[in-house]
Amino acid sequence: MAGRLPVPKLAPGAAAKLVSRRAEPDTQRALGFPGDLVDGWEDVAVAAMRNVVAERGALRLFLDSCMKCGACTDKCHYFIGTGDPKNMPVARQDLFRDVYRRYHTLSGRLVPWLVGAKRLTPEMLEDWYAYFHQCSQCRRCAVYCPVGIDTAEFAMAAREVMDRIGIGQHYTNEVTEKAIRLGNNLGLPGPALADTLAGLEEDILDDTGAAVRLPLDEPGVEVLLVTPSADFFAEPHVDGLIGYAKVFHQAGLRWTLSSHASEAANFALFTGNREHMSALARRIVEAARGLGASRIVIGECGHAWRVAHNHLEALAGPLDFLARGRVEHVVEVTDELIRAGALVLDPAANDHRRVTYHDSCNIARASRLGDIPGGQFIVPRRVLRAVCNHYVEMARGTTREATFCCGAGGGLLADDLMELRTKGAAPRMEAFRAADVTHLAAMCAICKSQLARVFPDYGFDREQVVSVHPLVGDAVRLRAAP
Amino acid sequence: MAIVVDTVALETDPEGYLIHIGDWSPDVAEAMAEADGCELTDAHWQVIDFLREYYSEYGFAPAVRILTRAIARRLGPDKGNSRYLYRLFPDGPARQACRYAGLPKPTGCI
Ligand code: SF4
Ligand code: SF4
Repeated sequence: MAGRLPVPKLAPGAAAKLVSRRAEPDTQRALGFPGDLVDGWEDVAVAAMRNVVAERGALRLFLDSCMKCGACTDKCHYFIGTGDPKNMPVARQDLFRDVYRRYHTLSGRLVPWLVGAKRLTPEMLEDWYAYFHQCSQCRRCAVYCPVGIDTAEFAMAAREVMDRIGIGQHYTNEVTEKAIRLGNNLGLPGPALADTLAGLEEDILDDTGAAVRLPLDEPGVEVLLVTPSADFFAEPHVDGLIGYAKVFHQAGLRWTLSSHASEAANFALFTGNREHMSALARRIVEAARGLGASRIVIGECGHAWRVAHNHLEALAGPLDFLARGRVEHVVEVTDELIRAGALVLDPAANDHRRVTYHDSCNIARASRLGDIPGGQFIVPRRVLRAVCNHYVEMARGTTREATFCCGAGGGLLADDLMELRTKGAAPRMEAFRAADVTHLAAMCAICKSQLARVFPDYGFDREQVVSVHPLVGDAVRLRAAP
Repeated sequence: MAIVVDTVALETDPEGYLIHIGDWSPDVAEAMAEADGCELTDAHWQVIDFLREYYSEYGFAPAVRILTRAIARRLGPDKGNSRYLYRLFPDGPARQACRYAGLPKPTGCI
């Protein structure tokens, strides 16, 4: 289907006006950046570019390796959705590459017109801000690039350069700042979290008759669960949390949530700022050590898993105190329990649903699950098939490594980008429509919020979007002994 | 940005949320709703009142599930669900109802 999607009519400048809201000066300063565009910003940006490129080996290679073959051009959902040629991945990269060349290569300095090198003018800076906030860092383009160039790396680097001259994006930076200061993206205080969890325990008891617990800050347990704070607050996310609790309950696992590490997400990934990524990641390791947990399990969140799985040790210190020496994903835990016969399941409980699975970018293309190659595609599907009798795949070319972004990853789940988000969701919406199912399951808080929000625009119901774990939770026969 | 209520301009953020929660009065909610072309009924006020009560206790807006449970208790189970809340607040209870209640906008992956 990917290849057969109509290539949009070129609409130069069509997305130029879809500009995300800028961060407030106070937020910028709290993160250690200038509050507003600094004097002499061009020089500051040039120096910052040199630094971010020096820090990022992959980016250095990507700057020189593009052959302009064009294979990536029609692979971006924002290009497909807007038709704006600057949303072609290679064009997006070139916004950075042409400027880098102008200041940091000999030919760019001497004969810029020959090599297409460009100065960082105010107009160029406007393009940077607009189009590097129209990349959800989903890496789909990289799958189709013969040399594996990842446009997401350009978007992260460009955003970090802009932060350093005083231009940040409101959504990402407000959330990052809040999470560093308060422990979660929402700013949810501990007592409100405790009250929320107690309420959910009552709900589960009312619904099922089983005293399933959602423990908070309980020391001496085996598992610390760290999940996106959306799981506490929002729908459909909260049903995922209830699903994890039911699984742990029936398996007899002793577990807890933490008010210190009440967030799995790590928005600093969207700029790649190491210091902020570390500050957020450290909370997770501190909480696990403080509670004496021997396993850290991450809830359903795409980029959280990418950061935890790929970088937690580098960001927050050794994980040798963990029984398995690494963090685990909740779907890996559930999969293992199902295969060990530790859960009593009745998939008929989901017979009123026909379910498909949306591979979230950061799980599909930036990490893995389980201990088998391609496990990130296999494990969630194995779980879904174990708990649903009616499981349907979306078309090839829209799933697994070719999956389409929900339209709002990488810091674009901002209300001020609603038009871009709706347009960028188009390929996923068409694939969902064609699959003719009742529900779409996704393991990412951003995907779920975005899809539930845009579903009505495409004629679907927001309640058709679910986490994977409510489907598991509905199938678990809580009062049967395994 | 600002919203004018009874000839007084109250400061808001670019998305229309009050900057100073102490500026709130029922007239603020009425003015915001009117600007949205929405008329506040008792059903809306049940939600707004609960949001404000919860916020004054916890310093935070209630999670959607807490809100639906509270509404179910007060108004019956047929109303204690997010479908009902979305009918009242099409932009979502977390966004629109919090704004009318003078609370800050909940942020994050929601
Ligand atoms: S990473 Fe994703 S959003 Fe960014 S250019 Fe590539 S396909 Fe588009
Ligand atoms: S597919 Fe790769 S090499 Fe080809 S134009 Fe795109 S980025 Fe360059």
